[in-house]
Amino acid sequence: MIAFLTKRLMHAILVMFVISVLAFAIQGNLGDPIQQMVGQSVPESEREALRERFGLNDPFHTQYLRFAANALQGDFGFSYFYREPALDVIARHLPATLELVFGATLIIVLLSVPIGVYSAIKPRSPISRFFMGVSIIGISVPVFLTAIVLIQIFSIGMTVSLFPQDTAWGSWLNGFLSTEGGMPSFGRGQDLTHMVGYWDSNLFTLGGLRHLALPSIALASIMLPLFIRLIRAEMQEVLQSEYVKFARAKGISLRRIYFVHALKNTLLPVITVGGVQIGTMVAYTILTETVFQWPGMGLMFIDAINRADIPLIVAYLMIVGVIFVVTNTLVDLVYGMVNPTVKLTGKPA
Amino acid sequence: MSLLNVTDLDVRFALRQGEVRALRNVSFSLDRGERLGIVGESGAGKSVAAFSLLNLIAKPGFIAGGSIRFDGQELNGMSERCLRKIRGNRISMIFQDPMMTLNPVLSIGEQMVECLKAHRRISSREARTIALHKLQQVQIPSPETRLDQYPHELSGGMRQRIIIAIALLLDPDIIIADEPTTALDVTIQAEIMALLLELCEKHNVGLILITHDLGVVSQVTQRMLVMYAGRVIEEGPTREIINDPQHPYTQGLMNALPQMATPGERLNQIPGSMPSLSKLPSGCAFHPRCGFVKRADGQPRRACHDVIPDFVESGNCRVACHMVAEMLNGEPSLAKEETP
Amino acid sequence: MSTYASPTPTRWARFRDSYFLYSFKRTWSAQLCLAIFVSLVIIAFLAPWLAPTDPYDLRQIDILASELPPFWIAGADEMYMLGTDAQGRDLLSIILYGTRVSLIIGFGAVLLQALLGVTFGLLAGYLGGRVDALLMRLADIQLSFSTLMVAIVVGAIVKATLGSSFYSEYAVLMLILIIGLAEWPQYARTVRASVLAERSKEYVDAARVMGLGSRRIMFRHVLPNTLSPVFVISTVQIANAIISEAALSFLGLGMPETHPSLGSLIKSGFDYIQSGSWWITLIPGVVLVVLVLTINLLGDWVRDVMNPRLYKG
Repeated sequence: MIAFLTKRLMHAILVMFVISVLAFAIQGNLGDPIQQMVGQSVPESEREALRERFGLNDPFHTQYLRFAANALQGDFGFSYFYREPALDVIARHLPATLELVFGATLIIVLLSVPIGVYSAIKPRSPISRFFMGVSIIGISVPVFLTAIVLIQIFSIGMTVSLFPQDTAWGSWLNGFLSTEGGMPSFGRGQDLTHMVGYWDSNLFTLGGLRHLALPSIALASIMLPLFIRLIRAEMQEVLQSEYVKFARAKGISLRRIYFVHALKNTLLPVITVGGVQIGTMVAYTILTETVFQWPGMGLMFIDAINRADIPLIVAYLMIVGVIFVVTNTLVDLVYGMVNPTVKLTGKPA
Repeated sequence: MSLLNVTDLDVRFALRQGEVRALRNVSFSLDRGERLGIVGESGAGKSVAAFSLLNLIAKPGFIAGGSIRFDGQELNGMSERCLRKIRGNRISMIFQDPMMTLNPVLSIGEQMVECLKAHRRISSREARTIALHKLQQVQIPSPETRLDQYPHELSGGMRQRIIIAIALLLDPDIIIADEPTTALDVTIQAEIMALLLELCEKHNVGLILITHDLGVVSQVTQRMLVMYAGRVIEEGPTREIINDPQHPYTQGLMNALPQMATPGERLNQIPGSMPSLSKLPSGCAFHPRCGFVKRADGQPRRACHDVIPDFVESGNCRVACHMVAEMLNGEPSLAKEETP
Repeated sequence: MSTYASPTPTRWARFRDSYFLYSFKRTWSAQLCLAIFVSLVIIAFLAPWLAPTDPYDLRQIDILASELPPFWIAGADEMYMLGTDAQGRDLLSIILYGTRVSLIIGFGAVLLQALLGVTFGLLAGYLGGRVDALLMRLADIQLSFSTLMVAIVVGAIVKATLGSSFYSEYAVLMLILIIGLAEWPQYARTVRASVLAERSKEYVDAARVMGLGSRRIMFRHVLPNTLSPVFVISTVQIANAIISEAALSFLGLGMPETHPSLGSLIKSGFDYIQSGSWWITLIPGVVLVVLVLTINLLGDWVRDVMNPRLYKG
């Protein structure tokens, strides 16, 4: 266990080092803090004095160490736009993103496991074929497009008049395909429950949940097909294995074979892939939040880019790096708990 | 009536190119406590025979005909529910590779207890006690700790002992062992085989031993079948077949044993290799490799090329060979079935 | 010299008799996808001759004719089959041009990825040791961040460094570079894995014993044997690159509206969806999905035919 944690820690330090150097390089090259501080009118000699005072003329590594030391204390500088510490700005936007990810993850887990298992057990059934077809389409639709289509259908509403309105079937089909709309698709809404600190939650009121629904579905839509296909493929492979045959020869019920013998083995690679996909998920929150104007970290990041708010961009990168490292470690821990052949020593026994 | 009677078992695989017949007219029987060996090269259909007894053949394969009577019940066509009550309970199996047979993510105890609970209404505690007792029977050191271990923590020989313990858990009538020692180290093979034999004798369990090792068959079994290309070609008491094999193929197998070769010379291989089941030769499937397709006078025996041989009785054995039939009766024996 | 025909079949004959072609002839979905994909590519590249108007030419744009619906909706102008966008550009023309931009970036980025990835993969797999550790650790970190994330971050940095106007001017090149840099690890890992598999084979030892230099062994002997997995992932990578481009453009990090790709068309149309002009965003969206879907389906088929187990482990 200690060996495992040490190894993870080394990895984390390496990753954070790479990110911080990158982030620092951005900061050093892009922003001129003096100009931000004093504006254009101050003469060059005075600026030079200020540069000297703030240590901006020091060699690169000295400046980097100062930056890293500050970052470790949670000091990423001031956001140009918000005029407050960058970390506070992020902390304010973090809960919205986490709730969005939570909603999407819930949808993914609740749907992918049953659908994946079912289509592995009955690969030839029409339902499985339907799900496989839908999932390859799902993989091919970019997340922002899914979001737009969801908005068009459920928020704006669609009046379909493709079929002749004067015939009974035509008007029925038109009515059937038309949608009312009305689902909220802009921001988090007003029905927020205050929890603690910066955390206002969408999860505890109907209005809040309605606001969360479309963004969560959109974010889930891109990962869901991937996981369905993965679970199906892994499960099919496990069902071919000798130990499943042996379990059948022991007279174990099919239900137990599927859900104890096979599913547990199926989930091992799924957990690994899930860990890798956390990064993708963060990238997709940026897109989803942009479409729905969901006031989370992703939208904040895009705004920061458009406003050239360098400290905020840097802080976002660092925080996302920390989130990656922490979640990846958690995923490895969970993997180790499910898989007895991993002793959490860092290498398989 | 024996405990197990298999008659005219016919197993096919529905492949894209058409149906392939993996077993044809396979018949044999097993008495209570009897030990039967099934011998043949790989691909002869030994494993298919073993798996089809409990209808465990994988998807494209299916039982196309024949009967499997076990203790008064017909297993062919029996519902999955009823079959499940027999599997692992009255007929249990031992697989070839112990490294692959146990589920890697479940503890040994779990895999034993689930089997007991699937067939008996007992508490987990009672099941654990029985499991422990069986582990002692297969002579596993410190069985209590084993129950909480996972397969990867144990050696291959140890795992095969556990699999034998699982096979014995519910005191079955028959154990089907499919090459139980092939995947093990040579030094452990004899140990495991001796253990299996001892336990079967002690508990009066019938054993169907599938192997390509004639040595093991001669030591362990009382009767044996020789299979070739999905058919039984010779059947009888093990000792008689080993001492005086009738079918040219069985003779070939015996001659190929290392102890039959002169030191310093090559082993006596059977020329050629087993035909693929989808491209079986006409007549006797063995005839392209057989040294006796010509009579002593040099005349070819037409029947070998054209007609599938039927069994003839030779002493206590049954042999499916035209040459043997000719020697016994003066004329080739004709099968009930046409050449495909 | 012998006058007989060479006993080794020509490349064409080998292709003609291959399982690849056999399977293609029997899979109607693959044929359909290839047909759609090829026609989309041809139409897109012939856009300057096929499109009714030149959307890059400001003189041909009539701002009064903005947000006209497509032909099947009342209020359509027969001059504009698929309607017009918010600036009055003919939607059909701009989609044709946009598809061309998306395809150029998709192919360009995959070419760059493959170049980088195959080179690094060969080096890592063949040289091993520290080079291998360094390259693969880099690839791991990059992949754990997801390629899209890397592309967004790199895009943001590049845009902030070089300034918006410069970035827009060279957007096609920028996007090819960004997506190429973001996705090389996929190729590097695949190539490295197959190099490791190939390297342990006897013919490589034989070549080494014969005294061939390691560069020659790599490029003449090992590389050709790693090409089939590279081909398989290339299909999926093109689809990914097109989606990545669209995503970057949608975030404002890609093609400018004056020179739109499918992604930036969707983005600019999205602003008008609330006013009811759904076609400006959804028609380019449909084109994008059809393009990516056909590539993905072809990729699935190629993977099944060439190596069913490639994506495992």
